Amino acid sequence: MITQQPREVIYRHTRIVRIAHWINALCFLLLLMSGLQIFNAHPHLYWGQAGANFDTPWLTIPGGFPGLLTLPSYHDLATGRNWHFFLAWCLVINGITYVVFSLINRHFARDILPKRQELTPGHLWEEVVHHAQFKRITGPAAKRYNTLQKLAYVTVIFVLFPLIVLTGLTMSPGFNAIAPFLLDIFGGRQSARSLHFIAANLLVAFLIIHLVEVVIAGAWNEIRSMITGRFVVPPGPIAGEDVQ
Amino acid sequence: MKDFLTRRKLLTTGAITLGGLALSGCDPLSRSPDFRSFLKNGEGLTMAAQRTLMVGQPLAREFSERDISRVFKANGTKDPNTAEYKALVGGGFSAWRLRVDGLVERPQSLSLADLRALPSRTQITRHDCVEGWSAIGKWQGAQLGPLLQTVGLKPNARFAVMHCADNYGGGADMYYESIDLIDGFHPQTILAYSLNGRPLEISHGAPLRLRVERQLGYKQAKYLMRIEIVERLDGFGRGKGGYWEDRGYEWYAGI
Repeated sequence: MITQQPREVIYRHTRIVRIAHWINALCFLLLLMSGLQIFNAHPHLYWGQAGANFDTPWLTIPGGFPGLLTLPSYHDLATGRNWHFFLAWCLVINGITYVVFSLINRHFARDILPKRQELTPGHLWEEVVHHAQFKRITGPAAKRYNTLQKLAYVTVIFVLFPLIVLTGLTMSPGFNAIAPFLLDIFGGRQSARSLHFIAANLLVAFLIIHLVEVVIAGAWNEIRSMITGRFVVPPGPIAGEDVQ
Repeated sequence: MKDFLTRRKLLTTGAITLGGLALSGCDPLSRSPDFRSFLKNGEGLTMAAQRTLMVGQPLAREFSERDISRVFKANGTKDPNTAEYKALVGGGFSAWRLRVDGLVERPQSLSLADLRALPSRTQITRHDCVEGWSAIGKWQGAQLGPLLQTVGLKPNARFAVMHCADNYGGGADMYYESIDLIDGFHPQTILAYSLNGRPLEISHGAPLRLRVERQLGYKQAKYLMRIEIVERLDGFGRGKGGYWEDRGYEWYAGI
């Protein structure tokens, strides 16, 4: 005998989060593609202040990335740069707006930053095991972000996006004159270019995991909640039985 | 299960449609002149932001002798290869003159010896190609600022246009570049006649090239023949202020 639980709908994402999420998603995708166009103009990466054809790269991608992944799809560095720097402004303005609102309305404190009791090894291990089973989180536990999810968001918001913006700026000869200390922090312009590329790869890795988790959690419900804000809580164990 | 499949199908179709739209939509946008000039708003914002933050006209980073690149990559035109240029090379550039004219009070024609007698600056700086690579070299040359003061700028002077001896790729358009007076009077903006202690080689722009250190490589015009002081840039090339600018690249190449 299955008892029908009442369908519970919560208002999960505020308007500012939803708008910022989709602007960020669009900007990131197009920045990635225009970034690959720019990378293809010299598909070698170096460490240090300088680096060119006579120096030893730590990474070379022969022939660069295929046109399917670049913006524009044909070779056009000038237009790739036009896209990239326009979108970089959009990404930064959108990101700053999101951070300011999330500090004011305590979105970070309430939803994103892990609580102290969530960071115990025992609890973290429990979550790792749960994630490894690719099981959907249900019931009251589905109403909040789990700890690994929070840690992933903290990494993306406070580490990877600041890193990719600052390493991008460190490649600018104009900005080098304004903030020369960035060259020292990142170990030079070519190191900054390498770190920019690595940060982009880590963001792609996050995006893939993010999309897989969306599918596991219920793609339609998750996507709808990021469009309308309303989220149907997957029926599951009642309060008290769920893992914290 | 049926429900799940329908949703999955819907989402897959949606994703493919969106992805397709993104891919097929972006190339026509990239080719549209109107959309490209819309994207160029980013350049205006970048220039305004950087110029605002450049309080006191800070210098580009200067390096030490041991940072100098083993080989300084030559890019763009490596030899103008015109009859006129060959004749100048044949004479050891003794017949070469740099004309400085346009909106100036006292137009000048300077030999290499004249330039070497002007206030000079030596700087070990990083050269950043728009393609992404960098090389460090030691440049020596005459500072542009004092030279502009000597020739005397007229009140409506706004830009310095660099006319070059090369036509990149052998085409009909001669290479040219332009900078505004903020960069023109920056202490590191020099007319370089030497790289790493030796006279400029042909591949690096002999006998004279511009160094404007807070911008990318294509601004560092080689094979200088004439500096023309102007009020507007629309009368040169295709009107965008430089050979590569005419081909879509940013006039403000500080990024």
